[in-house]
Order: sequence, then structure tokens, then C-alpha cells
Amino acid sequence: MVFEYAPAPESRSVVDIRGSYGLFIDGEFVDGHGEPFKTINPADEAVLADVACADEADVDRAVKAARIAFERVWGPMPGAERAKYLYRIARIIQERSRELAVLESIDNGKPIRESRDVDVPLVAAWFFYYAGWADKLGHAGFGPDPKPVGVAGQVIPWNFPLLMLAWKIAPALACGNTVVLKPAETTPLTALLFADICRQADLPPGVVNIITGAGDTGRALVAHPGIDKVAFTGSTDIGRQIARTLAGTGKKLTLELGGKAANIVYADAALDQAVEGIVNGIFFNQGHVCCAGSRLLVQESVAEEVLERLKARMATLRVGDPLDKNTDIGAINSAAQLDKIRELSAASEQEGAGRWSPPCQLPDRGFWFAPTVFTGVAQSHRIAREEIFGPVLSVLTFRTPEEAVTKANNTPYGLSAGIWTEKGSQILWTAQRLRAGVVWANTFNKFDPASPFGGYKESGFGREGGRHGLEAYLNV
Amino acid sequence: MSERMTDRLAVRKTYKLYIGGAFPRSESGRSYPVTDTKDRFLANASHASRKDVRDAVTAARKAFGGWSGRTAYNRAQILYRIAEMLEGRRDQFITELRHTGASKTQAATEVDAAIDRWVWYAGWADKITTVTGAANPVSGPYFNFSTPEPTGVVAVVAPDSPLLGLVSVIAPAIVTGNTTIVIASEPAPLPAITLAEVLATSDLPGGVINILTGHRTELAPWLASHMDVNAIDLTGVAHEDRRDLEETAAGNLKRVHHPATTDWADDPGTARMTAFLETKTVWHPVGV
Repeated sequence: MVFEYAPAPESRSVVDIRGSYGLFIDGEFVDGHGEPFKTINPADEAVLADVACADEADVDRAVKAARIAFERVWGPMPGAERAKYLYRIARIIQERSRELAVLESIDNGKPIRESRDVDVPLVAAWFFYYAGWADKLGHAGFGPDPKPVGVAGQVIPWNFPLLMLAWKIAPALACGNTVVLKPAETTPLTALLFADICRQADLPPGVVNIITGAGDTGRALVAHPGIDKVAFTGSTDIGRQIARTLAGTGKKLTLELGGKAANIVYADAALDQAVEGIVNGIFFNQGHVCCAGSRLLVQESVAEEVLERLKARMATLRVGDPLDKNTDIGAINSAAQLDKIRELSAASEQEGAGRWSPPCQLPDRGFWFAPTVFTGVAQSHRIAREEIFGPVLSVLTFRTPEEAVTKANNTPYGLSAGIWTEKGSQILWTAQRLRAGVVWANTFNKFDPASPFGGYKESGFGREGGRHGLEAYLNV
Repeated sequence: MSERMTDRLAVRKTYKLYIGGAFPRSESGRSYPVTDTKDRFLANASHASRKDVRDAVTAARKAFGGWSGRTAYNRAQILYRIAEMLEGRRDQFITELRHTGASKTQAATEVDAAIDRWVWYAGWADKITTVTGAANPVSGPYFNFSTPEPTGVVAVVAPDSPLLGLVSVIAPAIVTGNTTIVIASEPAPLPAITLAEVLATSDLPGGVINILTGHRTELAPWLASHMDVNAIDLTGVAHEDRRDLEETAAGNLKRVHHPATTDWADDPGTARMTAFLETKTVWHPVGV
């Protein structure tokens, strides 16, 4: 007997997308002076809204508004009062959580199950967590009375639009800074809805400014002389450019960049759990995850068995409408990203790796890529070295723990890694040797505001989350 | 026949580089004269080259696994041993510092402070993890902890304070398990090489500290651009030269430490240690 899934679409009626959006500067939505751009639904390519583009003058206005708010209102405000604003924002996020989740899935393409159960709850948690730090900074280990840095310029990516906003804004505000934040050009809508939440919370004007635009807007923001601190999440190449831009300025910089995480499966692992972890590691959020477990390192003696179980599990993944509650894999965020995934996958075939995807009906419109696994991948293959940022897994094998560690560390990146084994001492031995900022053992892709996150080597520097996450926003 | 009284001819020391636990000359064969404050010749110092930089990075990388893998207690004992060896050569260092222009009292004060600084940092080896690590209360059935780990190979452009400043930049980098390549003070490089003799007899594994003498403006860019260097400390770099070096260092996203002016007599705090530490967070499910 074959069970079929009935469609289970989440209602769009909870969101009200306006025809056009301005920039959020000094508590008001205002026109931008760059060329407006359109944001689309990657699942059907329908235009969702026209969005203003900030030019240099707009960036300057936003930075000045943030400066005035920092000097007159937010900087001098007692931490306990700042805390209450952040708690209030956290509560409004919880109250409007379904609206945020649906809008996120429409603009980004991620499954509603993920935006509803992962992204938005973490967003609320992030504000709730950092709210509590605002009046306890003297106990955080950075001296008795640490001061804010000033105005933070923040640029975030399109893979977790609202969550990355929370990672940036919550600690910045808790520490007494004001912010100018630029969301990615393909996913601006939840940031603009967040601007509305700031107004609902009566957050003083200028404390949070949201400016939209593409690379030029971001460059103008990070290069603006009125910015005291830059925080960026995105590609390693752009991270390098920003580091060069800030060279010699003495400004604080934190970078959360790319990754090519190894997910190591030892022969004694609980294989069904490991397979779930492999699937979660690479297919969560369509693989648009900087810490995705895109390199599976499986011990040779169980490689065939793991691959067999993995393929069986992949065949059950449901690709399609992001708003369907049964969907596992949604739409690729943009045509440009789809091109990159296709190009790197084609190169991998040419380099001799074996390509496999389950039978999978993809929608006619929109941007889609079937879950894919490459076997017989060598360390020298591009697909083992370059971040693919899509639902594509490379499989490599190893014989000894030493070989696993050597292969895992054989990358300029160092953001995350996974370990699957039932042997506790082997977990700790391996975790100690992996040059990566986050190590998931017998789990993968877990995030929490109390837990520091960030990379080694070319995956960037600085930590977000936990007590460690305060340092970037304090003048210490 | 009467014995002719003569002054014994002193045996002069040749100041070389310190790479991988050995004292090689610069492969370039170059040297430069070092003089005291009255312009009297003291010695020729090695004038290191790009090749020496690369050899030093190779030595530092080779030493990293072993040094970072030692127990913190063991690293503490070795740093304390360095203090012991330095104490034993107190008079020698006072003499060397007097050549750099310090008065007898100043020189003695600086040597004492340098010895005490090794002792201070030695004690940090097995405490910095407690102070900067954390057990994180995540909202789910997971054990989650964060620990500091050394960044890796750290390049250090040492300040002109020839002993206390030098010790104050090296000790915090290595105590946590990093390995280093140090460019010594250009005008006063000799105490750095004498310090290398202390290091070589302190059970410090070869390659953990590598010391180069020569021209900063020539050597620092090679370290800033080296793809196997993980971090760079620009303390001894002139302010106007920092921008170019930072731009170069962005090539592999080196961690860059550029402190404001430092009074080496001040309490050092923990900033120089945390500048070259990464935070690793490990998750594991809790369950039966």
C-alpha cells in the first residue's frame, strides 16, 4: 500500500505584502535615491514588491540618525531600560511569529516547517537572551563597566534573513550600540517587517535603521567613516574585501564567512541516526548554510552501507512548495545561486565523481535543485574544496581516525564539523583535533543564543552567541 | 726574561638567528652593524631575508601540533623554566640593556620585570581556559561547552623595548599553545638573540619561538602575506605602516592585533592572550 501526501499549504493570508518598501531610517520609512529593485518569490518567480535602494547619501543619513540616537538616547539609557525594549521586541516576534515565518518562506524559499520551527523561534530566543545581558554587562568578564562601541554597520546574507538580523541586532543593542543593517537584496522583506516591529515596540527612532540595496549599498555602509564597528556574514571573498577596506582604521570587525564542513562517520556510529544527521547536515535549508556538512567522511568499512541507507532516506525527501507543511527541501534562493550550484556540480562530474539524485519531480517555475550526492570524490576535486551552498553532498572515505582528522582539516575553512561515533573518548579526541569553531557530535546544525558560533581560519573571526558574542559590541 | 703582561683578548659572540631551535646565519649571508647609544660598534646582527621568514614559518608550523598538544601544566612549567634561566643570566642581560642606553638601575628594573612577566604568564597556562571557556545552557537536551584553542602560527613584530617589550609580546602568544615568528627590535636586536639562548636551554621545543633580526619593513610584509601564518601582532610596526600590512594580512583573514601604545610596566591583562585564541564549541545530545 502506498500512502500519498495530501497538499498541506500554510495560509498566506497572515501576511500583507505591500507593493513597495522604503528605507527605514530614524524611525520612518523613507524613499531611497538608488534604483529600486524587485524582490521575488524563488518558488514561482512572482514579483513580491519593489524595494528602495540606498545610495551613498541614504547610507549617510542612516549612519547620522544612528549616531544621534547613540549619543542622545540609546548610549546613555540604563541597561535595565534597554533590556525591557529588547524583551518587548522578543514578545512581539513571538506574537507575530506565524506572519514572520510565512513571509520568510515566501521571500527566501525555505520550507515553512523550518522557518516556523527553527528560524523564528530562534529569532525570539536571541532577543530574549541578549535582553538579559543589557543590565549585566559588568558581570560578563570584560571589566566592571564596559562601554558600547558606537554605531555598528551590519551586512547579512539571504540564507537566514531574519535569524542573521537577530544575531546582529540583539547583542549590538543590548550592549548600547545603535545599528545600520543591510539585509541581502534577494531577501529584504522580513527585515522590513522587523522595522515595523521596532515601531510597534516604541523603540526610539534611529536605534535600528534598515537600509536595502545590493553590493554598492553594502560597500558604502562598511566604508562609511561614521561607522565604529562592522559585522558581516557572507562569503569569504566579500569578507576579505571588507577586511581590506577596514585596514588601518582600527575599527572593530567580526566576520562570519564560508565553510566546507566535514561530517565524520566512524564505523561504530549508530548508522540510522548518522544518516539523519547527514541529511540534516546538508539538506537543511537547501544546503544554504555556511556550516553545512557538505563533505561526508565515512569510514571505509561502513561506506557502502551508509551510502545505501542515505540514498534510501534521500528518496523520501519531499522537494517543492515552501509553504507546504510536508516539504523538506524548498526553492533555491535565486537564479544566480542555482547557476553556481549547477556549474560546480557539472564540474564535479567532469572531474570524475559519480552523481546521484533520487527520482524527483521539480516544479516548472521557480529555482529548484534535486538533493544530490557525489561519490568517489577526491580531496583535489573542486566540489571537495569550494563551498557549494546548495543541497549537494560530497562523499569521501577514510580508514583511520588520524586520516579522518587530516582530511577534515584539509581546507582553508574552519567553521564547523560533525562526528558520529558511540565511543565517548573518540568524540573528544576527534573534537580536540578538528580546526573548526563548532563541532556537533552525534547531532548537526544546532543553534542556540547561549552557544558561541564562529569560525577558525578563513571562515572568519569573532563569535556570535553567548557571553562571547558581547565582545564584538563592547569597547574592550 | 720577564713575562709580558697582556690583556686577554675577549672572545666575541656571533649573533645569529633562532629558527627551529637552531642558530643559523641568515641564508642571505647579510648582516648589519649594531651600535650602542654612543655609536660604538657592538656586534653584527643577522639581516634576515624572505627565505629565513619562510624557514621560520615552516619551523613554527611543524612545532604547533606538539606544543599545542602539551598539557597546560607542562607549558606552565616550561615558561617558569624560562624565568629560572633568565634569572641566572640577570647580569648578562643588564649589561646588554646598558648598551641600548639604559642606566644601571633602569636595566636592572627591566630585567627583573621581564623575569617576573614570564612567571606571571606561566601561571596563566592552566587558567585561561577556565576564565574564557564556558558551559552553555542551551534550550534543549544537549551538553554544550566552549573552550579556547590557540590560533596557530602567530607572527609578531616586536616593539623596541628590547627585553621587557619582547617578553611581553612573546609569552602571551605561546603560553596558550601558539607558535611564533618574532621580528626583534631593529635598533636593539642583540638582547633578543641572547634571550634565544635562554629559550634554547629551557626545555622549550624548537620552533615554538623563532627569532629573526633585520629590517622590519622588509620582513613584516612577507609574514603578513604568508598563507600559513594565522595571525599577526603589529605592536612594533610604525603607525603609518599598519594599513598596508593589514590589507596584506586580509589575504587569508589573519587575526590582526594592533594595540594602542603600551606601557610595558602596566598590568598586562588578558587581551594579548585572547587576541590569539579561537573559541571552539562542542555539542552532544543528552539522553539514555
